[in-house]
Amino acid sequence: MGENLFTGIAAWLSALLNAAGVPLIANDIILMVVKFVAILVFILVNVLWLVYMERKVSAYIQCRIGPNRVGPKGLLQTVADIGKLLSKEIIIPRLSDKIVFLLAPVLIFVPPLMIMVVVPWGRDMAAVNMNIGVFYFLALASLSTLIFWMGGWSSYNKYSLVGAMRVVAQMVSYELPLVLALLGVIMLTGTLNMNTIIEAQRHTWFIFAQPLAFLIYFIAGVSETNRTPFDLVEGESEIIAGPYTEYSGMGYAMFMLAEYANVMLVSIMCTVMFLGGWLAPFGWTFIPSWFWFFIKVYVMIFIFMWIRWTYPRIRVDQLMGFGWKVLVPLSLANIFVTGVGMYIYRAIGW
Amino acid sequence: MDNSIWMVAAFYLLSAVIIVSALLVVFLKNIVHSVLWLAVCFIALAGLFLTLDADFLAAVQVLVYAGAVCIMVVFGIMLIQRGDMGKTNLFNSQTGVAAGVVALVLVVSGYLSAATHWVGTAAPVPHKTVEHIATLLLSKYVIPFEVAALLLLVALVGAIILAKEVKAKC
Repeated sequence: MGENLFTGIAAWLSALLNAAGVPLIANDIILMVVKFVAILVFILVNVLWLVYMERKVSAYIQCRIGPNRVGPKGLLQTVADIGKLLSKEIIIPRLSDKIVFLLAPVLIFVPPLMIMVVVPWGRDMAAVNMNIGVFYFLALASLSTLIFWMGGWSSYNKYSLVGAMRVVAQMVSYELPLVLALLGVIMLTGTLNMNTIIEAQRHTWFIFAQPLAFLIYFIAGVSETNRTPFDLVEGESEIIAGPYTEYSGMGYAMFMLAEYANVMLVSIMCTVMFLGGWLAPFGWTFIPSWFWFFIKVYVMIFIFMWIRWTYPRIRVDQLMGFGWKVLVPLSLANIFVTGVGMYIYRAIGW
Repeated sequence: MDNSIWMVAAFYLLSAVIIVSALLVVFLKNIVHSVLWLAVCFIALAGLFLTLDADFLAAVQVLVYAGAVCIMVVFGIMLIQRGDMGKTNLFNSQTGVAAGVVALVLVVSGYLSAATHWVGTAAPVPHKTVEHIATLLLSKYVIPFEVAALLLLVALVGAIILAKEVKAKC
């Protein structure tokens, strides 16, 4: 049922171009552009939906109704919000570093979208099947820190600066356990290719083989996306909105939407590394692989939202202490145990 | 690296970006803009690695230099934030000495690169580079690798000692 829906469309388009006498290289380029645009549109639609979903989930958790006026069940609420934000004036503070100030919200979407290109959305559905996929994800994700800082620093506002400082400190500290947690999976599979990692989970998902790594990755992922309980970066009661304080209109909206793109990204990586990607559990292959991937990503996103609306914010010193004194040693121990375990398994001859 | 017209164009484009951004790092008066151009320079350098099929090195370049080294500089800047950032990148008037040193470096490196007998291999770049780098690091180059690790450990211990010292005095 629809297993080959998207790969079929790609093959059909390629054959069509071939029949029209388009040279092979132009054919490849056109196909690549179509894939990239499809991913871009998919991400943007999902981000719009996630803003709505977050408001509905938070309303449900707080015994409210949530947005229900614009469109059926309030589904068009985010569209209306974006329309409002687009029409608002963008205020640029007089003493701000104007070019950097305007560049930050433009650039903030670049790293998440570039990473989405290598994600295997289903069987044979990665736009680019990269050999170092996981490492590519980590490298580009590290660039986001600099862009957040650009926004916070250039605003010429003390709250923005404190927020920017917290962004840098928090994201650098939690990147370390995130990378070390993924290392456990990479040791088991011996590859950085996302497709091979998913294939290796055919019998056991790595959430069962590496439960500790999953937990560390999950906590570090919440922190990397700056969400509660680690949302000190934009803690409203302390520093207004952190790096985004001076942004108005669409500039602010870009940061908000990028946050949801990042949430999606962390969930996608969680699905690829620990939840078996597009593999169907219990052999239920009657549901297409890309739909399984989608379901798993949304389960992870829901858990992220659930946590956000359940836990209070922690303090800065607790944040740093937890990251460096608990998560980093635990992830190092996980790597050690994984290595020893692999040798024992090999010695037994499993 | 195949010598198609696109690869040559990419090489010259990336080289131009690298040279221009590196010059801007040196000549801009605001140190924050210098850091941002430094990040551009590092990312363009990663692109240069990509044209050579060294995908792992390119990712390392982005992760370590653009993602970590720039962030370290950023930390430094935020700790010394001042009202007027326009004069934070310091200049002096020792132009003569600087020109002499630069000329010397250019001559020496030019001579060395001209005197070196460059060996290129006809073998294609392996499909998977990570495994080869890992094998080499832990076999042939294990001693430099361990020494570098030791160096990082020493730096780490030094940082901890510095932090403790400040605490005791306060």
